[in-house]
Amino acid sequence: MRSPARTFSTVLMGILMLGIFVAASTPAFGQDGTSSPRTITDTRFVWPSWDSIVRVALMRDHNTRIVVLGTTLLGLAAGLVGTFAYLRRRALMGDALSHATLPGVALAFLITGEKNLPFLLIGATVTGILGVLAVLAIRQSSRIREDAAIGIVLSVLFGAGMALMSVIQSTSNGNAAGLDQFIYGKAASMIRSDARMIGITALVVVVGTVLLFKEFRIVCFDQDFATSMGRNATVVDLFMMGFVVLTTVIGLQAVGLILIVAMLIIPAAAARFWTDDLKMMTVVAGGIGALSGWLGASISALLPKMPTGAIIVLTAGALFIFSMTFAVRRGILAGAVRRIRLRRRIALQHLLRAMAEIEERTGQPTSVDSNELLTMRSWVKSDLRKLTSRAAGAGLIDKKSWSELKLTQLGRTHAQRILRNHRLWETYLIEHADIAPSHVDRDADEIEHVLSERLIRELEATLEAGKDIPPSPHESMPEFAGAKP
Amino acid sequence: MTEWIWSIDGWIVAAGAFAAMACALPGTFLVLRKMSLMGDAISHAVLPGLAIAFLITHSRGVLPMFVGAVIVGVLTAVGTQVITRYGKVESGAAMGVVFSIFFALGLVLIRQAADHVDLDPGCVLYGNLSQIPLDSLDGSIPPAVINVGLALLLNITFVGLLYKELKICAFDPQLATTVGINANVMHYLLMIVVAITTVASFEAVGSILVIAMLIVPPAAARLLSDRLGTTLILAVTIAATSAVLGHLSALRGPKWIGLDSSVSIETAAMIAVMTGVIFTLTLLVAPKYGLIGRWYQRLGLALQIVREDMLGILYRWFEHRPDEHILKDDLLKAVGRGILARFALGSLKRRQAIEYVGGEGIRLSDSGKDAATKLVRDHRLWEGYMATHFDLPLDHLHEPAERVEHYISEDLSELLKQEMGDLGEDPHGRKIPE
Repeated sequence: MRSPARTFSTVLMGILMLGIFVAASTPAFGQDGTSSPRTITDTRFVWPSWDSIVRVALMRDHNTRIVVLGTTLLGLAAGLVGTFAYLRRRALMGDALSHATLPGVALAFLITGEKNLPFLLIGATVTGILGVLAVLAIRQSSRIREDAAIGIVLSVLFGAGMALMSVIQSTSNGNAAGLDQFIYGKAASMIRSDARMIGITALVVVVGTVLLFKEFRIVCFDQDFATSMGRNATVVDLFMMGFVVLTTVIGLQAVGLILIVAMLIIPAAAARFWTDDLKMMTVVAGGIGALSGWLGASISALLPKMPTGAIIVLTAGALFIFSMTFAVRRGILAGAVRRIRLRRRIALQHLLRAMAEIEERTGQPTSVDSNELLTMRSWVKSDLRKLTSRAAGAGLIDKKSWSELKLTQLGRTHAQRILRNHRLWETYLIEHADIAPSHVDRDADEIEHVLSERLIRELEATLEAGKDIPPSPHESMPEFAGAKP
Repeated sequence: MTEWIWSIDGWIVAAGAFAAMACALPGTFLVLRKMSLMGDAISHAVLPGLAIAFLITHSRGVLPMFVGAVIVGVLTAVGTQVITRYGKVESGAAMGVVFSIFFALGLVLIRQAADHVDLDPGCVLYGNLSQIPLDSLDGSIPPAVINVGLALLLNITFVGLLYKELKICAFDPQLATTVGINANVMHYLLMIVVAITTVASFEAVGSILVIAMLIVPPAAARLLSDRLGTTLILAVTIAATSAVLGHLSALRGPKWIGLDSSVSIETAAMIAVMTGVIFTLTLLVAPKYGLIGRWYQRLGLALQIVREDMLGILYRWFEHRPDEHILKDDLLKAVGRGILARFALGSLKRRQAIEYVGGEGIRLSDSGKDAATKLVRDHRLWEGYMATHFDLPLDHLHEPAERVEHYISEDLSELLKQEMGDLGEDPHGRKIPE
């Protein structure tokens, strides 16, 4: 796990450095000039031409290059910090944080009287942090729970921001235009210095995460353990939150404060489906974030009417749905396949054991009639037919016809092992768990499939069992099978 | 517009107050069920519903938009549950994923349908409360007011009819299942009501301020009451108050902070701010759960402990030297000095538990002696109890007894006396007073 993760992060760092280099060496470029000549009432969807697709994909326009690089780096940084926020169950704290930045932006504008980006972002940071602190304070000092505290801070501070914005709009003479891009984001208007700022932030976040990875990991999974290891959990926590604040504030302009939380949550949640390893998860989340930034910005460069932030989030959403469905590790399909396989294995083992029990009664390798099997367990005829065919396909039984089944040598070995496991467990339950012989069959029926080698050896030792199969401690199967629902 | 004009401001306040009250009712159950952010999620997510309804019908008819928004709102709840259950994603994050995807979708769709002025994203956030009176120039009731009024009626009916069911589901879903209420159905009913309320209030107050109305008044009410009925009434009252205050402050606010009267403040935003102000005040001054109340209680307890420690010291002093008095300064020093000690001394004097002898000497009064006797008796009984029942060594008895003595009630004291019989002396050999 270690080396691919390292390679991956080296590659990501490479992309990052390249991005900063290109952003820094590109001459400043003005606003995006692709306004379409269509009328404003036209709601038809226009597909972009092949030429423009190639242009965007190869990033031939300076403007596209800047926007795409900026959003890609933003996605990368958000994916990285989002992983830890997600694992610490702070996903929606980011939402409170981002909404709380609005009054800061508005206040900074009111105080300085101009649209000076650094000041606006400082204002955003200050109220954003205050918002997070307010959530913590409300949660800790009252009976209001965290979800409500987040909702309160988010909506009230956003309301305060809106009130200030309405003051700004009615007083200032037009130079406030564009402040609302903090709400919905306007990646298309990103200029070189914005991209550079995002690049530097991403670098800080990547380097910080790599350096503090061990600390982050311990604090994420076991805060008390972290403290006992001599790590100051609060300080580590502050760094973690600091990175979240940094990424959020930087991303405001591009994605907007309503959707920035999606950039924190979605890549991390999607990455979780692919791996159980934190290092891999961080890398995958960064990758998914970067991919959605790149794809989203490219798509919206092709569809000039579309808001970039929303397209990026939709791309991330598509990647999330893809991951949730198809991921090998924890995806829904993979889980379903695993469950079906397990169910089939269990059915097969039940078949083998039933046949072994019949052979045990007759005392020699016998040809078994499926109708006899039907009486031993609540099998449906068609299911049993498929099951026996599958067993024959696996070389466990010889199937001449419906009424002529016979265990192969391989099948018999398996069957006897399962029967022995079943009996050992039954014996154990009777002798050590003090359960009546008439009640042990059902329990052993479930456990026989999952008994490990080690457990079997322990059972053998405890019961002082020989290599042979212990006799059934209860009446033979058919009567019991008849009583089963 | 800084003067209050009934035909204009009346309608604005009516719309705001109806919306806020309508939101507060289902909001209370959201807060109780720890699902506050579901309101957040749904209010963000209704956006694509509005947009799709508009794109399909090409009109801004109330009904299609309503249906579209409610469907998407319920889809949010379903989507969150699906992702939580099948994807094993924590519910908060699942909610975040679902609503941000829906919101992004809504933005894209709205941009696609951008020819309609009323559906621009700005309106989604602000609502257009101040436009409402324009519809009533001919003297009729503005449709927006009717809409939120209907939502309020619907919610009152909903809560009234299903009060018991909602109550049980809010506090104990398992119990709800055992008494035959389908908690899942109730969950989705609540979600549908939240979605309807959100859409109805949307036009008046915008999407994010709806969250303030859904969550903040119920949260404030919860700090004031433990009873569900009272909480609901308080929440509705707080909601209506914030609407009135919000509009007032939007009207007069610029003047108060010294701006000229041409400045206008968005009323809907001020309503959200006012809910926040009321919540903050409640958080500070609520009698039982407020911060100041709790600080006061804690201070009272601290004072009581110091007072009782002083009484104990005085008792033990006079046990050995019945004729001497203790110096005020020594007594203060014995309990660690500080403001608390001075306060406690003053309070003992006011209660006439102590008397000054000469200028600086202090001794117990008769009533003080009674209180001190009880205290020391409890202390020594506790020591005796621990020595016999917990088998603690002698030098481990005083510390715990010193802490527990302040909390021994009359009943417990009586029980201890019965349990210990006629002990006479504590384990240190000191007499247990009667």
